Amino acid sequence: MSNKIIPWKNGIKDGIPIALGYFAVSFTFGIVAKKAGLTPFQAVFMSGANLTSAGQFGALALIGTSATYLEMALTQLVINLRYCLMSCSLSQKFEAGAGWPHRFLVAFGVTDEIFGVSVCKEGKLNPFYNYGLMSVSIPGWMLGTFCGVVSGEILPARIISALSVALYGMFIAVIVPPAKGNKLLTGIILSSMLLSLLFSQVPILSQISQGFKIIILTVVIAGIAALLFPVKELADER
Amino acid sequence: MKGNTYLYILVMAGVTYLIRLIPLIFMRKEIRNVYLKSFLYYVPYVTLAVMTFPAILSATANLWSALAGFSVALILAYSGGSLFKVSILACLSVFIIELMV
Repeated sequence: MSNKIIPWKNGIKDGIPIALGYFAVSFTFGIVAKKAGLTPFQAVFMSGANLTSAGQFGALALIGTSATYLEMALTQLVINLRYCLMSCSLSQKFEAGAGWPHRFLVAFGVTDEIFGVSVCKEGKLNPFYNYGLMSVSIPGWMLGTFCGVVSGEILPARIISALSVALYGMFIAVIVPPAKGNKLLTGIILSSMLLSLLFSQVPILSQISQGFKIIILTVVIAGIAALLFPVKELADER
Repeated sequence: MKGNTYLYILVMAGVTYLIRLIPLIFMRKEIRNVYLKSFLYYVPYVTLAVMTFPAILSATANLWSALAGFSVALILAYSGGSLFKVSILACLSVFIIELMV
C-alpha cells in the first residue's frame, strides 16, 4: 500500500510548482482561446484532452483559419514530436513488469515538465509518482484555462509574470543537483544552453520553431555526448 | 467552411496521445546497447537545459526580474533546495524585483 500512497504523495508535492507554472501559461492560453472564439467549455476541454501548450496555441491559429483536419493532425505531429523522444527515454525507466494500464495512463501525462521531473527521479519509475504529478498539474492547467477564458482580469499581470518563471525554476532544480561535482554533466548542460542561445539569436536558426529546436539540439548534443562519453554504470546512477 | 471545433480537439488530442504512447508500448524491453542507453541518459539534461535557456530571460515582464529569478533558482538548486522551494522562491524574487523596478 505504501508503495503506492507515498510515491503518489511525493508526486503531488513535486507537482505543485508544475501546477503553478501551468496556471500562468494556461491563463494566457485561455485569453487567446476566447479571442479565437472558443467557449469556456471548449477551451477547458482542449486543455484537459491535450496538455500541450505549444500544440494548443498552434491549434487556435489553425481553427481561426478553418484548416482541414489533416492539417491539424500534421501540425500537432510536428509541434509535439519531442514527446516521442521523451517517451523513449521514459520507457527505460519503467520496470520490466509494469503492466499495460500503467503505460497507457503515464503516456497521457508526458509533458515537458512531468517528463523532466519523473525521468530524473532516482531508481525505477513508480507510475504512482507520475499520477501524483498529474493529479495536481492537470487541474492547474485546466483551471488556468478556465480563469483565462472567463476573465482576463482576475489576476493582476504581476502575479502572472511571477508565476511564469515557476516552470523554469523547476527545470533548474531538476538538472543542477546531479551536475554538481560532475564536470561532464555540467559541460553538457552549459553547451546545451549556449547552443540554445545561439539558435535563438542567429538569423536563419531563429526561424526554427521551439519544438524542432528542442528535437535537433537534443539529438545532436545527446548523440555526440553518448559517442564521446558512453555511460557504463547506468543502473547504479539512475 | 469552418470545421467543427470538437472534431479539431479530438483530432489533435488523438495525435498527441499517440506520439506519447507509442514509444512506451513498443520499447518494453531494457535497451542493452551502450550507445543508445547513454543517449537516452543524456536526453533529459539536454532537453531541459535547452528549454530553460534563454527562454527564461523573456518569460517575465522585464529582463532584470528574469535574471533575478534565474540566479535565485541556480543558487538554491545548487545548494540542494527541493523543486517546490526553488520554484516558489524564484517566483517570489521575480515578484519583488518587479515591484521595485
